[in-house]
Amino acid sequence: MLLRHTTDQVLERTALTVNPAKTCQPIGAMYAALGIHNCLPHSHGSQGCCSYHRSTLTRHYKEPVMAATSSFTEGTSVFGGQANMLTAIQTIFGVYNPDVVAVHTTCLSETIGDDMVQIVAKAVGEGKVPEGKRVIHCSTPSYQGSHVTGFASMVKAMATQLADPNAEKNSKVTLIPGWVEPSDMRELKSLAATMGVEIIMYPDTSDVLDAPHTGKHEFYPRGGTKMEDIAASGGSIGCIGLGLSGSSAAVEALEAKCKVPGQLMELPIGLQATDRFIDALRTMAGVEVPDSITDDRGRLLDMISDMHQYLAGKRVAIFGDPDQLVSMTEFLNLLDMQPVYIVTGTPTPVTGTQTPQFDVRIRKALGGNLPDAKIRSGAQADMYLLHQWIKQQKVDVLIGNTYGKYIARDEDIPFVRYGFPILDRVGHSYFPSVGYKGAMRLLEKILGVIMDRQDRDALEEKFELVM
Amino acid sequence: MSRDPRDVKEELIQIYPKKLRQKRSEQIVVTEHREDGSVPEIKANVRSSPGIITQRGCTYAGCKGVVIGPSRDILSIVHGPIGCSFYAWLTRRNQTRPHTLEDQNFINYCLSTDMQEENIVFGGEKKLKAAVKEAFELFHPKAIAIFSTCPVGLIGDDVHAVAREMKAELGINVFGFSCEGYRGVSQSAGHHIASNGVFKNVVGLNDTPHDDKFKVNMLGEYNIGGDGFVLEDLLKRCGIKQISTFSGNSTYETMANAHTADLNLVMCHRSINYVAEMMEKRFGIPWMKVNFIGADASVKSLRRIADYFEDADLKARVEEVIAEEMAVVEATQSVVKARCQGKTAMLFVGGSRAHHYQMLFSDIGMKTIAAGYEFGHRDDYEGRKVLPGLKVDADSKNIEELDVVPDPERYRARRTPEEIAKLEAMTENEFRGYVGMMPQMDDDVLVIDDLSHHETEKLLEIYKPDIFCAGIKEKFGVQKMGIPCKQLHSYDYGGPYAGFVGAVNFYKDIDRMVNMKIWSFVTPPWQSKATQQDVVAAD
Repeated sequence: MLLRHTTDQVLERTALTVNPAKTCQPIGAMYAALGIHNCLPHSHGSQGCCSYHRSTLTRHYKEPVMAATSSFTEGTSVFGGQANMLTAIQTIFGVYNPDVVAVHTTCLSETIGDDMVQIVAKAVGEGKVPEGKRVIHCSTPSYQGSHVTGFASMVKAMATQLADPNAEKNSKVTLIPGWVEPSDMRELKSLAATMGVEIIMYPDTSDVLDAPHTGKHEFYPRGGTKMEDIAASGGSIGCIGLGLSGSSAAVEALEAKCKVPGQLMELPIGLQATDRFIDALRTMAGVEVPDSITDDRGRLLDMISDMHQYLAGKRVAIFGDPDQLVSMTEFLNLLDMQPVYIVTGTPTPVTGTQTPQFDVRIRKALGGNLPDAKIRSGAQADMYLLHQWIKQQKVDVLIGNTYGKYIARDEDIPFVRYGFPILDRVGHSYFPSVGYKGAMRLLEKILGVIMDRQDRDALEEKFELVM
Repeated sequence: MSRDPRDVKEELIQIYPKKLRQKRSEQIVVTEHREDGSVPEIKANVRSSPGIITQRGCTYAGCKGVVIGPSRDILSIVHGPIGCSFYAWLTRRNQTRPHTLEDQNFINYCLSTDMQEENIVFGGEKKLKAAVKEAFELFHPKAIAIFSTCPVGLIGDDVHAVAREMKAELGINVFGFSCEGYRGVSQSAGHHIASNGVFKNVVGLNDTPHDDKFKVNMLGEYNIGGDGFVLEDLLKRCGIKQISTFSGNSTYETMANAHTADLNLVMCHRSINYVAEMMEKRFGIPWMKVNFIGADASVKSLRRIADYFEDADLKARVEEVIAEEMAVVEATQSVVKARCQGKTAMLFVGGSRAHHYQMLFSDIGMKTIAAGYEFGHRDDYEGRKVLPGLKVDADSKNIEELDVVPDPERYRARRTPEEIAKLEAMTENEFRGYVGMMPQMDDDVLVIDDLSHHETEKLLEIYKPDIFCAGIKEKFGVQKMGIPCKQLHSYDYGGPYAGFVGAVNFYKDIDRMVNMKIWSFVTPPWQSKATQQDVVAAD
């Protein structure tokens, strides 16, 4: 037994987290920053932070992740990190020559109270930031929120520090995609292009973290949103933000700074959420929805109605990040599956002034179904607790990041990898989960594990040829 | 390919601002063997420059992740924000094998106090105490280790006071580590802090005697990919009893019992030399540097262990085991050597592996053309003989050196000074010694400490080695250049690579990586030179 010390006797904990369903802010900021073209993310703290964050992102993407660190020493913690940050800026521009350095803080630099605004201003004042280059920054203390908060803060910083309130008015729609994979970002761009909508999307990690193997290592991959495009978003006709936890802060900031009217909605994962996204694009840009997209929707519908018998009534346990969980819950509910245990370590509200509480969003996604579903977020909402619930009453499917595999194996539950981080399989960065095609892929994976299990456990007389 | 390494060194650091160039210049040397037996001095174990993109991590990683973490039944609680514990959750492949289903095994668990803002402002000791109690209720461990993260030292939470209080209240062993990430300059400070802690709080608490004739500890072996399993089995077949490992596949009780051994074998000098030295001072147990990475190296190490015990039966048994193993090794070795002879390798990793893995490469005829450590010290490069002259800089002076005196009841010098002198000579100074990386390398090779990303790219551009060995952060950037990259921290989730079994695994893995078909398919037909020529001709 991998998790032999987990029992079905739940002890209410107030201080100890066991097997977390979240991680800390800075990695989210690092991921977001990688979605800016020619950008080097920078971790203002101890070396360990940057190393750990780069390593986790690299294991998830099987791609190089470049980022620098301020390499705090004991002395730095006493005297402040300004000297380290100034040295770093000079070295980074001199050696690695990015267009943007995107700085995020750590619990260390936050605890000692480094004033990033003042430090960056000093760097600029001392001529350490070359002409035309930028240093942006956001505050991401690890003792608040979760990695999703860090992501939201960096995207907000893109809006507040790079979007131009005096940008020439254009006919584009700004799209804040939320914390989704490069494949998802690619799919969102494709959907918009198919609808004839010109968009400015940031962050955009497509062609950054799913870059092809060409025999050459590009320190700055081809992808990522260009600075001038982020600037131009200040003149866009409207802004759609996907994922309330990941995108609210940026959408609200863009509206406040640049008067770009914003619309927030949940991640377009599953039929209903994708419908809302497509419809929002349609009305904001004044376009029609082409048949090819309606046809894709029809294919998803076809797949669901064809395979419904394998899905209906199946009990699901799901853990991960709020935005993904909300949309997935809605999708699972549509399939007549039963998401009975839903856990995120991310506390809510996260960022943005009006983000509803997590359980309010989940209840809305369930549409009144499953009043007994167990929903937990924030402190001590961890995978140990989820496992205990499963021990009390089993589920048919477990959905979550790679750490779920230990529960899945001990309890012999069919397991679908979804979310962050996925460290032991490939595909998530290359194939979307958003949109109708993405929903079909998710459905294929969910059906796959359920139907494999049926095949595995069937008596020989019940072993089916056609399913 | 045959450029003067001194020129290459200048090219590597040319782009740096002046002060940084000067600093890096002292951390890059060209090997040479001098008449007096010395090698060039390298600057090591100094702080990394902000912004340079280093491979290094932090002290907490070295303490919790490396040294204490692999022990399966010491319950580790990380006191800090959630990230530190999350990123050290199963991310190191220190395997463990409990004997029964009832044995405690905490390895797959991740425990944290998940410090919040209110803890930073008002202190986190109360939460830590409550967390320790909750952990005790859930897991009933024999021992709890508490690890400090960056904020802890700054806000003044006293994990040691909490540990003492909890020890008294719960009646089990509870101890803390001041391993905040900003201490020292790398993971190395964490190794030292961990060694101090495990020596102070664990070693010597279990006096269970063993009547085996030959008793050893394996220090600095973390059972990555099962290395430790291979070595324990190897020793067993020779009739040698392994009392404990520090710390792969270890338990609290075996580490507490370590002082009953008669010899300490040191695999990873960098991380565990501290424990070896302290055990000699306190209990009279001498230590010997061994290397079980590489077939020839393993043969040498086994023979040296047999020499130490001076037992004819043991020596005969060891030769039998060697003969059995080498028969298998030689079969694969010659096949792989035929395909890999003359190919080149670079190794930039850790504080020990960048040296030892060179032996595995030379087994299959591959040449190391550049190497360096991530967090090694000067003694890891130049040998322990430089220790007396070593200066500890400001960043490292606060890492405690324990004052160790002989144990009044249990000190027993296992060997006399004369015997020790003889052993030192017999083992070419690897008895209570370590010769370091550079003396065992060819001349005119670049040795680079704390390699930066910029230097990595330049080295690959200039030398185009057949394989580059480093860690996860380097892996995919290197491979995108069409150069295979072998992870030597994680073994690319393979291994074991220790001992004879491990050597065969390594030869096969390197053969596979270097000879993959896919490398020849990078250029699509429509971009090949032939097609370009057709296009030009057609125009």
